[in-house]
Amino acid sequence: MIYARGLVKRFGDFTAVDGIDLEVAPGEAFGFLGPNGAGKSSTMRMIGCVSTPTAGELRILGMDPVREGPAIRARLGVCPQTDNLDPDLTVFENLTTYARYFGIPRAEGRRRATELLEFVQLTEKSGSTVDPLSGGMKRRLSIARAMINEPDLVLLDEPTTGLDPQARHLLWERLFRLKQRGVTLVLTTHYMDEAEQLCDRLVVMDAGKIVAEGSPRHLIETYSTREVVELRFGDDAPATYVEKLAGIGERLDPLPDRLLLYSADGDAAVNEVHRRGFTPSSVLVRRSTLEDVFLILTGRTLVD
Amino acid sequence: MVTTYAVARVARGNRLSPARVGAVINRNVGALRSGPAYWLVLASGFFEPVLYLLSIGVGVGALVGDLTLTDGEVLPYANFVAPAMLAVSAMSGALAETTFNFFFKFKYVKTYDAMLATPLRPMEIAAGELTWAMIRGSLYTGAFLIVMVALGLTTPGWALLAFPATWLVGLAFGAVGMAVSTFIRGWQDFDLISTGQFALFLFSGTFSPVQDYPLPVEILIAATPLYHAVELIRGITTGMLTWSMLGNVAYLLVMLAVGLYVASRRLTSVLCR
Repeated sequence: MIYARGLVKRFGDFTAVDGIDLEVAPGEAFGFLGPNGAGKSSTMRMIGCVSTPTAGELRILGMDPVREGPAIRARLGVCPQTDNLDPDLTVFENLTTYARYFGIPRAEGRRRATELLEFVQLTEKSGSTVDPLSGGMKRRLSIARAMINEPDLVLLDEPTTGLDPQARHLLWERLFRLKQRGVTLVLTTHYMDEAEQLCDRLVVMDAGKIVAEGSPRHLIETYSTREVVELRFGDDAPATYVEKLAGIGERLDPLPDRLLLYSADGDAAVNEVHRRGFTPSSVLVRRSTLEDVFLILTGRTLVD
Repeated sequence: MVTTYAVARVARGNRLSPARVGAVINRNVGALRSGPAYWLVLASGFFEPVLYLLSIGVGVGALVGDLTLTDGEVLPYANFVAPAMLAVSAMSGALAETTFNFFFKFKYVKTYDAMLATPLRPMEIAAGELTWAMIRGSLYTGAFLIVMVALGLTTPGWALLAFPATWLVGLAFGAVGMAVSTFIRGWQDFDLISTGQFALFLFSGTFSPVQDYPLPVEILIAATPLYHAVELIRGITTGMLTWSMLGNVAYLLVMLAVGLYVASRRLTSVLCR
């Protein structure tokens, strides 16, 4: 579906995407994970054929995005980072009007719009304008709009950013159903839980480069430990404990408010901390997540 | 060989799809159905030139009396002003769509970003929006021509010929307006546009023959766009056709071509970074 070799995007002196290689297979749910400014959106825009690569090779659906942009876009569904729904039109017309851009006949456009509103649970909002809809509803409408041309490949740029938990879960569930239908999904996110929920395979991007690639489980196994212990020491700076706890677990990572202790066996590590005579104000043993992988790979917390 | 390939590529790349241009127009028809707000804007755009015609053309015209033109023709003042108001309404109808509305869609509601995620190309978006602007302008000019015929300011025959001429005026101003809109930084720039529009409105041979001005001013005016629109339309509605009107048509066609080219280039460079 997507093939890229040495893909580069520069804006003047700034290199947004710095030579990435990737391949996405049909039916896959593929994720770009990374902080803001990592080059995720620039990559997505190149895949969406609205941005010309500065260098490197890029093939989308076997075609050249520069010469065959319209033909490729006819088979893509794009859900942008910020909603660009049409405020002058109703929910239903947003879909039928969009269908016309793809050359879909009116009657067929209406049929698909009805079906898609059902799918994203917005049927009762059909005649409303877009403005009064909640953020979650707008996102669902954006996704319905991206599906109007029955795309082979759907691009979702931060699909759940800014949504409340209920809205996120509903959206994930809908996206999961799309995946089950065999639609190839490519999404960017900076939510680790989202990447773990939705992606078969993902790449972690930082400063325009791919720093790791694999399934969520593979990444966790490769870059982190099975369990992580989060220790807090009241008002003491976590960094001061790094030396005192040295040797426990495989790795210690002081954050401003807590100390992360990576270990295959969290409980054993906690016992060792106590044996050395330290009593943290709070202890949490949890399974390792992509967030830990991210911290290890990029050496910092996610910042917005 | 390489050149032929490149030329063929450019030719294919620039071919407009009528269906896709139509889909852009269809979007605006949909917006029209959405509620009374847009209709209100439309109605106000029609009344403005009519009010000018009644107050200045008819009102001031009663004081001024008939005009004797340079070629000796005598024309009632209202007949002189009416075609200018017609040209102005073609201009402002198209500009309202391609400046204010276009900018809003371009910069704020990101309508064109959404369109560019589909097979639509920038040139098709520009062509669709421009055609719509022309249709909106022709609603004004069609209604205004009916008013002119009703007041005896032109004949039905000349009015029928003047109608397509107003389309050309709308397309020319619409295209240039759209190109200018892609450079606008914020709402404050619209003050500049409306000031410019008002200056054109006052000094394009609208209310007095340009020959009454000193020669340098006359030459300056002859270089500005609304003058050519007024000359063309006045020639038709008064039934005084001259060869120089072909020059007016050529001027407007160049505006159309350059405006459309710049607008679609800018859409590409701003939205497809």
